[in-house]
Amino acid sequence: MIPGSFAYHRPTSVKEAVSLLAQWGDDGRALAGGHSLIPMMKLRLAMPAHLVDLAGISELKGVQADGNDVVIGAMVTQHELVASELLTAKVPLLRETSLQVADPQVRYVGTIGGNVANGDPGNDMPAVMMCLGASYHVTGQGGESRIAARDFYQGAYFTALETGNVLTAVRIPVPPAGHGYAYEKLKRKIGDYATAAAAVVLTMAGGKVATCSIGLTNVAETPLWAEEAAHILVGSTLDAATVKKAVAAAEAITAPATDARGPAHYRTKMAGVMLTRALARASSRARG
Amino acid sequence: MNDMTPTSAERAAKLEGMGCKRKRVEDIRFVQGKGNYVDDLKLPGMLYGDFTRSPHGHARVKRIDTTKAAAVPGVVAVLTAETLKTVNLAWMPTLAGDVQMVLADGKVLYQNQEVAFVIAEDRYIAADAADLVEVEYEALPVNVDPLKAMAQGAPVIREDIKDKTDGAHGKRKHYNHIFSWQSGDKAATDAAFQKADVTIKEMIVYPRVHPCPLETCQCVASFDKIRGELTLWGTFQAPHVIRTVGSLISKIPEHKIHVIAPDIGGGFGNKVGAYSGYICSIVASIVTGRPVKWTEDRIENLSTTAFARDFWMEAEIACTKDGKVTGLRCYTIADHGAFDACANATKWPAGLFSIITGSYDFPAAHVLVDGVYTNKAPGGVAYRCSFRVTEAAYCIERAMDIMAQKLGMDPAEFRIKNLIRREQFPYTSATGWQYDSGDYHTAMNKAMETVDYKKLREEQKAKRDAFKRGETRELMGIGVAFFTEIVGAGPSRACDILGIAMFDSAEIRIHPTGSGICRLGTKSQGQGHETTYAQIIATELGLPADNIMVEEGNTDTAPYGLGTYGSRSTPVSGAATAMACRKIKAKAQMIAAYMLEVHDDDLEWDVDRFQVKGNPERFKTMTELAWAAYHEVPPGMEPGLEAINYYDPPNFTFPFGAYICVVDIDVDTGATKVRRFYALDDCGTRINPMIIEGQIHGGLTEAFGIAMGQEIHYDDEGNVTTASFMDYFLPTAVETPHWETDWTTTPSPHHPIGAKGVGESPNVGGVPCFSNAVNDAFAFLGSTHIQMPHDHWRTWTAAEKLGLHG
Amino acid sequence: MAKSQVSMKVNGQLIEALVEPRTLLIHFLRDQQNITGPHIGCETSHCGACTVDLDGKSVKSCTVFTVQANGADIRTIEGMANADGTLHALQEGFREMHGLQCGFCTPGMIVRAWRLLQENSSPSEEEIRFGIAGNLCRCTGYQNIVKAIQFAAAKLNGVPFQEAAE
Repeated sequence: MIPGSFAYHRPTSVKEAVSLLAQWGDDGRALAGGHSLIPMMKLRLAMPAHLVDLAGISELKGVQADGNDVVIGAMVTQHELVASELLTAKVPLLRETSLQVADPQVRYVGTIGGNVANGDPGNDMPAVMMCLGASYHVTGQGGESRIAARDFYQGAYFTALETGNVLTAVRIPVPPAGHGYAYEKLKRKIGDYATAAAAVVLTMAGGKVATCSIGLTNVAETPLWAEEAAHILVGSTLDAATVKKAVAAAEAITAPATDARGPAHYRTKMAGVMLTRALARASSRARG
Repeated sequence: MNDMTPTSAERAAKLEGMGCKRKRVEDIRFVQGKGNYVDDLKLPGMLYGDFTRSPHGHARVKRIDTTKAAAVPGVVAVLTAETLKTVNLAWMPTLAGDVQMVLADGKVLYQNQEVAFVIAEDRYIAADAADLVEVEYEALPVNVDPLKAMAQGAPVIREDIKDKTDGAHGKRKHYNHIFSWQSGDKAATDAAFQKADVTIKEMIVYPRVHPCPLETCQCVASFDKIRGELTLWGTFQAPHVIRTVGSLISKIPEHKIHVIAPDIGGGFGNKVGAYSGYICSIVASIVTGRPVKWTEDRIENLSTTAFARDFWMEAEIACTKDGKVTGLRCYTIADHGAFDACANATKWPAGLFSIITGSYDFPAAHVLVDGVYTNKAPGGVAYRCSFRVTEAAYCIERAMDIMAQKLGMDPAEFRIKNLIRREQFPYTSATGWQYDSGDYHTAMNKAMETVDYKKLREEQKAKRDAFKRGETRELMGIGVAFFTEIVGAGPSRACDILGIAMFDSAEIRIHPTGSGICRLGTKSQGQGHETTYAQIIATELGLPADNIMVEEGNTDTAPYGLGTYGSRSTPVSGAATAMACRKIKAKAQMIAAYMLEVHDDDLEWDVDRFQVKGNPERFKTMTELAWAAYHEVPPGMEPGLEAINYYDPPNFTFPFGAYICVVDIDVDTGATKVRRFYALDDCGTRINPMIIEGQIHGGLTEAFGIAMGQEIHYDDEGNVTTASFMDYFLPTAVETPHWETDWTTTPSPHHPIGAKGVGESPNVGGVPCFSNAVNDAFAFLGSTHIQMPHDHWRTWTAAEKLGLHG
Repeated sequence: MAKSQVSMKVNGQLIEALVEPRTLLIHFLRDQQNITGPHIGCETSHCGACTVDLDGKSVKSCTVFTVQANGADIRTIEGMANADGTLHALQEGFREMHGLQCGFCTPGMIVRAWRLLQENSSPSEEEIRFGIAGNLCRCTGYQNIVKAIQFAAAKLNGVPFQEAAE
């Protein structure tokens, strides 16, 4: 219940935050919404000597359109994401996913940046970002860079975000108008991490799948981009036989943990079931 | 008398007595955040205690080094078993005749067992220091499987009693054996099985779960060296028992111990017994001379305090081919963890489990229970269990469904055929219980008609056909449970806790101006006693309920009682309340006769007054009589208007109910949706229907959690894997179904107001109803028994085994 | 560890204090400021018994460091009553509808329900249940809590309250 001691810093700019994080290295952690980090600190699974609170950095807030992309500040909360008319209009998958994350209190405080940067295989947004082909703006002492979500996740709590760097924004290419989308999440109760979840974005043309992208949550040490499964579906009418093949391809890349949610083989099967249902819902929403 | 005079009914309504939905008195402070819970208490100079706990499930403790911990600035003391031995408190007696380590003495026997107690100026320092106590362990082989506890060569859990063949409840047949207990007639039962046309046998497991009240266990101990007095505030469902036991083990005289249970944030049986934290806080206060507060966090609560169930029941039913039950047999292994810390009455090491014949007329029955030790947390009796009645009800209700399935009979029809009939009451069961009253067939018919049971079965048949044709991937299940439970412990001939008979008490004092105070030996943890006992008094004495203050929990002022658990408050203290009222009423009658200058027998009672028979304009209200009791009593009579009653119930009470639920199971994920849950309860006289309904809602929600996902799970290494809210399934408002409640009223003939108690019924009846529904969904495919909990993966696995995933 | 100066408004009162950075807001409120309405029911941020309203958001105060709340405007159950001292419609509703038993979840539940009604002044039953999914109750089974919130919504909207039939 009681965290260990730490020194608290509250920078007012990204530059200052980066400087602090670089200074403290592995002894420092960025604090975003805190609803992943602080519970870990209370169980003493994490004991950073320095916390760098990003809440005072206004550059990290805000949702804007930038050409064909939307750019979401890392400190935008799930609540703000749900309320954003821009995102609801352009990338409705985000709102659908966000409403399945945790509970109202956590959504008021939890940030998109925290959810994508933590590397926790249970977080929902990473697979969604992989599905959308999003990229992350990262700032370090060496300057700014972008890392594709599909290249970001390396292992449980292990990402391409190096020590001393801050994820400042999430950039998402807006899917075409008339796209279909769904985030289908099986969970033991509302707010739980997924037993398995599937994110789908697709477009249809003449009754056939023109483009398709699939992300899977919590069925491996990292979120998964099911490239092969999506590829199988392109050109099909989402007929049962093709969907079955895609499901098999998706199942094949899973390696879930056995935990209280169920044994590994069950969770693999559930990834397939969630994918099937997400495809059905996405296609019912698609126009074309 | 004229048109302006209020009628009897109007006067009665104003009193807000029994039967009305009186709004709760305690709510006024709770909705304003002004409850008074243990952790709200701050005393000058107060210190905080925290535990260092074992990561191992079974290990020798080779060495404990408290130097680093003691050196942390702000740490005042560190206790280990060595310290406690100097005051003979390294071990404490349990409520079940066993002994339990307060702090690890040479060994640890379950994960998170207490090893050292750090006392510091604030809770943050205590937490830091608890991490710095260095313990050297030597791991030992672990056993968490109760079915393997009595195997040859099984790890010895209790070295302290290894060679003792005499246990607290008779002979021990193995070093990990605790007791054997049996009830019923073995010979008659064996004969019934030999002759039977049809029998079933099934291992029915009720997994280990935990009552998990929202407030964890806590206390503040304050020993006054000058006076030699101990004051102990705590989450105590049985404050007087804590005082007596505390005196016996600490040797502080009982009159110098003040135990106070303030507002408690839920108990559900988790807060009956004494925990290490209480003992260590008391010792710490004595040692430091300052008050010491101990609060546990949730993981500590779930992994070390009174768990519930863990009963492995092999049940058998013998039956005629046309569906009349002839015999019931059950052999149970009861996993008590490392110490038998069950809160059971002395003579009942397996509680009231022999209620297992339930609502059915079994001519013969025999039950045998073997309790065993494993490397798990101690306990067993908790969570609205009525002393193992939840286990018994689950067993019989599942077994009846399994037998109905074998006979090809509808589960409701099979029950109706075997329900005890109204004319058989008072009914003596094959295990010797005398059920006080019941009208089961009326209740069952009402339930079935209300849900249109016949139509549900028709719908189910159509859905099953559709499933077979591949038109749906959902299976519909209908769960039926007709439970009888046994509460109100209990008659002194049968029930005692560590030798103290299980009576209970009410002391009522009426003030000159006609209001009053009632103090009782029970202790509410949310059941609304401040509201309901006043309703009894209002009806009995004709004084407005709002004029009666109800107090519980302070052992200096409350008459002795055994506390609140097992739905005993209404049956026992509710009876004491009525009896004390009647003593007061008898005295008031004499005063009234004196004032009205008539004979006692010339008076009759009407709602709130004694009036002269045939001359009702001549009356004295109870309010007037209260004043008179202090102003001018008849010659020779003592002034004042008060009475106390210690009630030794002549029998238990037997609430019952008919529950029916409908579920729809998604075969491809194993997720179950509860479509409808109808609960009909008969708790005898209903004191406050609003509070009864609230108890049912809460108990059904607990039952839902238990049946659909709760488990305190240990892996083979003794790690408890479900000890936080990340995994222990507590439903939110989203998952929790809508509850429909209904009732019949069959008063208890032996209870002064006919009331039976109701708090535990919904957990007793709810769990089998849910479990029967899930099992029923798959029964047409040949499945006989799927074990709880019915979480997604287990239900899916059952479907997989039946070949439903193609 | 060196302490930090914090200042914040709690239930309309300005509070200034020195705290260790690691001091959780719930402990600051309960232990240091004697605001004991919000409660502690777990340490994994699930139960919601600690819920307060912070800068217009329902927040679990057990998962916030006091230093993070520097400058914040916080409301707890103690600040729920109306300006004239009468009970807020929610407090009244919880009593009318028997939406509490042991009272331990109640402060967090009411404070959350208050913000829920700011978000949505006429929530449906489903919206209420989803809206209080971050607050666990072990006593009531939620059904009467839903009714309590519906009662309050009706009262605040000036419409008659109709209790749904069983």
